Amino acid sequence: MLGPYGYAIWLLCTLLEAAVLVCAIKKNALHRYLLLNVNMAASVLVSIARYNILSHCGFTSKEYLYFYFYSDSVLTITLYLALTSLYSHIFAELKAARYIRLGTVVLLCGTALFSYGVVHQSSSKLVTHFVVELSQNLYFVGLVLTYVLWAAVLKMRETRTRLIQLILSTGVYFSLSAGNFALQNLYHSHSAFFGYLTPLFGCFLPISWAYAFWRVPEDARLVPARLAMVPR
Amino acid sequence: MMAGVIFVFSAAALLQFFISYCRSLIATSSKRVLSPEVKDVTGIQRVASGDDFKRVMQLLQLCPERPEDRNGVQAIGAYFSLLNFLRSTLARIVPSMRAWTESERGQCAYFAAVALERRISFSRDMLAQQMDG
Repeated sequence: MLGPYGYAIWLLCTLLEAAVLVCAIKKNALHRYLLLNVNMAASVLVSIARYNILSHCGFTSKEYLYFYFYSDSVLTITLYLALTSLYSHIFAELKAARYIRLGTVVLLCGTALFSYGVVHQSSSKLVTHFVVELSQNLYFVGLVLTYVLWAAVLKMRETRTRLIQLILSTGVYFSLSAGNFALQNLYHSHSAFFGYLTPLFGCFLPISWAYAFWRVPEDARLVPARLAMVPR
Repeated sequence: MMAGVIFVFSAAALLQFFISYCRSLIATSSKRVLSPEVKDVTGIQRVASGDDFKRVMQLLQLCPERPEDRNGVQAIGAYFSLLNFLRSTLARIVPSMRAWTESERGQCAYFAAVALERRISFSRDMLAQQMDG
């Protein structure tokens, strides 16, 4: 059963996700960063639907459990697509949109096949195991992709502050999530501790995206080399 | 084994992304010139020192909070703690790191001073609105 802490974080996270959309609309960034906003809108809708199922069926019901994992998988895929849209922003001048779309689909299918390969020996609940595995693997793929994107930002001397902040905050979120999944696999016995930690990580992305939309103007510029850990 | 490798890679990436993210937050405020009264209050004239950070944060906590500033200030607070940790450990062995941590700590203090200036002007606006009402 969810306690007051769980409900408070859930409500906070949903409000923050809605705040991202409000900030994006107010600052005319809805269309420019469409897939990021689609991810946030999907997160708000999934939160409402999860609450609805939770209040009708209960926290330990099969309905809630299945909906939780399936919706989490959908949200991870939308976040993965949002990340590839950031690639499109960075490589816009190279007119590489077609290749980015192709790469996105190939990598997504590759991750799905790998996830299937890992779980196909499970005799029962194959699909459920598959969606959980796919989510975890996509977080790691997302982390690697964000790392490559950050390297591209530094190499191409991208200067758009808002775009840089969106990329870096996505990188922080993917690192937190991938590290969290890895720790959960290493220490199964500490699941109660991770139960407190995981929802907190979920708040970071909407906070940082809302901040980037609200506080950083689209025309703000900075020198990316100044942000690298190793001075260039 | 695989989970361990993923954890190490994630932790290394997290450190790099977090430091770069904090520096991007600092960079957005580093161009802003402090008003003479904030310079007087904080004692920061042109270049801030890491030792100013604690004092500026105390002043910051005296002002009414601006919701949009809160997360940035918390992130920079965490970054400052990380820098202090590096300063008392790695920087003792690597001298070039000591200069880097000192410079970064000073920029954190400057970020806090800019946040203080914003909060002061926010408080003034609120007071003016109340007087008008």
